[in-house]
Amino acid sequence: MAPTDPNHARPIGDDPSSPIAPATAGRRSSAGRTGSDHRSDPVRLEMSWYEASARQRVAAFLDADTFEEFVGPTERAMSPHLPLFELPRAFDDGIVVGRGRLDGKPVLVAAQEGRFMGGAFGEVHGAKLVGLLRAALEVRPAAVLILFDTGGVRLQEANAGETAIAEAMRAITEVRAAGIPVVGLIGGRAGAYGGGGLIAGTCARLAVSESGRISVSGPEVIETNRGAEEFDSRDRALVWRTMGGKHRRLTGGADAYVADTVAAFRDAALDLIARAPAFDLATLEAEQARLEARLTRFGTCRDGADIWARLGINDAQAVPAMTDAAFTEIAAGVPEASHDAR
Amino acid sequence: MNEWRQERAARDARIAAGSAFATGKVVAAESVTDLLEAVLRPGDRVCLEGDNQKQADCLARGLAACDPSRIHDLHMVQSGIVLPEHLDVFETGVAKRLDYSYSGPQGARIAKMLYGGQIALGAVHTYLELFARYFVDLTPHVALIAGVSADRDGNLYTGPNTEDTPTVVEATHFKNGLVIAQVNEIVERVPRVDIPGDRIDFVVEADRPFYVEPLFTRDPAAMTETQILIAMMAIKGIYAEYGVKRLNHGIGFGTAAIELLLPTYGERLGLKGQIATHWALNPHPTLIPAIESGWVKQVHCFGSEVGMDRYIRERPDVFFTGSDGSLRSNRAFCQTAGLYACDMFIGATLQIDLMGHSSTVTQSRVAGFGGAPNMGSDPHGRRHPSDTWMKAGREAQTSGEPSLMRGRKLVVQLVETFGDGLVPTFVERLDAMELAKKTGLELAPVMIYADDVTHIVTEEGIANLLLCRDADEREQAIRGVAGYTPIGRGRDRAKVEDLRARGVIRRPEDLGISALDADRSLLAARSIKDLVHWSGGLYEPPAKFRNW
Amino acid sequence: MESLTFRHTTQKPLPGTKREAITGVVASGNLEVLLERVLAPDACEVAVETAINGYGDVWEAVVADFVARAQPGGLRISINDGGARPDTVALRLLQGVRLMEA
Repeated sequence: MAPTDPNHARPIGDDPSSPIAPATAGRRSSAGRTGSDHRSDPVRLEMSWYEASARQRVAAFLDADTFEEFVGPTERAMSPHLPLFELPRAFDDGIVVGRGRLDGKPVLVAAQEGRFMGGAFGEVHGAKLVGLLRAALEVRPAAVLILFDTGGVRLQEANAGETAIAEAMRAITEVRAAGIPVVGLIGGRAGAYGGGGLIAGTCARLAVSESGRISVSGPEVIETNRGAEEFDSRDRALVWRTMGGKHRRLTGGADAYVADTVAAFRDAALDLIARAPAFDLATLEAEQARLEARLTRFGTCRDGADIWARLGINDAQAVPAMTDAAFTEIAAGVPEASHDAR
Repeated sequence: MNEWRQERAARDARIAAGSAFATGKVVAAESVTDLLEAVLRPGDRVCLEGDNQKQADCLARGLAACDPSRIHDLHMVQSGIVLPEHLDVFETGVAKRLDYSYSGPQGARIAKMLYGGQIALGAVHTYLELFARYFVDLTPHVALIAGVSADRDGNLYTGPNTEDTPTVVEATHFKNGLVIAQVNEIVERVPRVDIPGDRIDFVVEADRPFYVEPLFTRDPAAMTETQILIAMMAIKGIYAEYGVKRLNHGIGFGTAAIELLLPTYGERLGLKGQIATHWALNPHPTLIPAIESGWVKQVHCFGSEVGMDRYIRERPDVFFTGSDGSLRSNRAFCQTAGLYACDMFIGATLQIDLMGHSSTVTQSRVAGFGGAPNMGSDPHGRRHPSDTWMKAGREAQTSGEPSLMRGRKLVVQLVETFGDGLVPTFVERLDAMELAKKTGLELAPVMIYADDVTHIVTEEGIANLLLCRDADEREQAIRGVAGYTPIGRGRDRAKVEDLRARGVIRRPEDLGISALDADRSLLAARSIKDLVHWSGGLYEPPAKFRNW
Repeated sequence: MESLTFRHTTQKPLPGTKREAITGVVASGNLEVLLERVLAPDACEVAVETAINGYGDVWEAVVADFVARAQPGGLRISINDGGARPDTVALRLLQGVRLMEA
């Protein structure tokens, strides 16, 4: 697939009519906004990331009216496999890719739609992401942003999906080696699971919200293979203590923890682009050392809360219920959370 | 004179037989079956407490393990058929007859056993009806109840889920019956006495805490635009129109959406203090934003809800609480409140026919009624007026001597035209009638009879049945809000437009509502986490509702 | 899967100049609607791919009511349906038209 013919790129409307304001906005402090939004719409920036569709996220996240979609819905690049299974297709195969500007800087962006097939990678879906990443080597944007929302590989087109995962990981390393930061944003309902978790692990920097989850094997997969005694997938508090945004942030699995608003993800993306690490041997060795140290230190822990206690958090049990502000403060005092190499 | 005390003598004999397995009143969990085999007699009427929330599950397991050659043909008289053991006893022959109210989670199995003849069914009751019969002709010989704690004298603390317990004990103990309570722990002193110890004959320290079902928690994350649209229409077209202050809500997503729209959409319409101030309601987590925004004056509860206990403790101006601070619920009193003191019942159903009869029975599931038919009926014993009640009464009856015209309770059915799996809600004929035929029931299990229903609200509009003057108008009013179901498409378009012109049918646009405005951003909370925030961290949702 | 196509003549073209718009997501009980201004100003075509078979007459009724109400002249409307209820279909169609009128 040829993903980046600029003559083909044209904006296609999203639904701008439903700005999804935070539900309890009136009760939360609305202090979070800083000055980087000179080209974006303040109402849409307060939209809940979790509630928004992939298209709503992209449109609200980028500077207003700067998004140009590649291989948009009118081109009807749909899955050739799903009809064989009597399953409905989507005009964009569940991923929106294109280019736009973020605080004036040119970026490439991909956003997965977590509600279509759980945001899973199929052949077209994967090819759109891989094509975007490869295009980055020619276009040389200020960054590539991946708005993850995926359960992994689509079962019905698993071979193509798995191949796409491997290709995307390779492409990310090439883009990073070319000095272009690749930043992942995770806060949708499907999280970043399976191959999506692997791709996330390849990114230079990750931002996650409380609802966001990052893992390779999902809760149900673990329960199926190891039994409910090992991991009760219906115990959602356990799922989040093990894979959720707060846990990933505290253990350095994500580099920023953000509130569930488009504005917070936008600010985090700008910040993370600015401090993306070089992609060289020193970084990889530091990352290896970090992961080894983590295993040594926490390998015997039975629960996320045990790890938090070992990280020096006084009331580890209170972490899940903490507000975003309180948690951010706690996380700032945990050196391991920021001892990230990537 | 002795023949006047036969029941008393029989009770004394049962207690003596049971005492072999007790220390004082206290019985160990592993002796439950021995105890039950000692005190029960074949053919006994037994209430095995199964409420909406609280389940005497340890005693249920003990009863299911009884030897059917010793204990058989029991007549179970209990409100809820909730646990598998509640039906296991019919498979083993320990029990034979059944009179009950509600069977939510066991609805499919109970249907199968009814068809198979394993259960001799007396009747499916409403709660108040069954409780009433406890005092007339279904008085239990033995009641097996559940509480949080008891002391060695049997003084019982039920916890926030008091529910049916006082009613069951009242009927059993004071008519020579035996009361056995399971508790989570035996304590020196109970936090408060919900049932005095002299009404409890044996106390079983259960092997694990009793099971409680989070039955009233609706996750705002699952609410759809259609449900929000319906909720907006209900608020504007019924709550505001009739000034409904005293009410009961069902447990569906539609009414939960209304609860979440009060502090947003309701506020925008200037309705705060004008509507929805006094409630007969379980402590719905989705009511938290309305409570926190000052909409709710007070709430009396049938039972509690998992995770709401701390929140309720901190809001005693709103809820009924004991000297210990925790909620005191009472199903019988709250049902009575819903029947006589509320001006409106609003809830969902699975099927509505062309006359307006509704039922939650389908051919494969017998869910029972619970309390909806009490709340959802117009009580002819009511004598006090209210503006809401009188306005509804005037709409129903246009002529006559004003001082002799009674009011009407608003009974509102809030439904989407299609249910799960694109099954139409509106039908020619209720499945309940088929079930009655197959199982030989004299009465089809109708949840709310047509003559009690005043309004039907769907995404297509509101049908005001009070304003219908004959059966044909009524049918067209129902067809006129039945959407694209076969019933809806079978409407007489001209007649429906005529009804609309008269205000019998009101479309969203007639109420100044655009379907395009029905957006999730209107919900005061869009997730369980938002509800926790609203509660100031006091609401502690069960793990299955969390995503943090 | 079932494919359905409905062609209607409208009394007027849909106002606005937007060339295309998309709304909704293909998910259980949901659908996506792609609208393109590519037909003659008095023509409207609605093409449906649905996961649920046997509801052709309901689709026909929903689309006919929508066309009568919105007068979406000039639009080719393409739908991928994950088993949405008729009211959801009607809502998405209206949302789509609003985007095109913008």
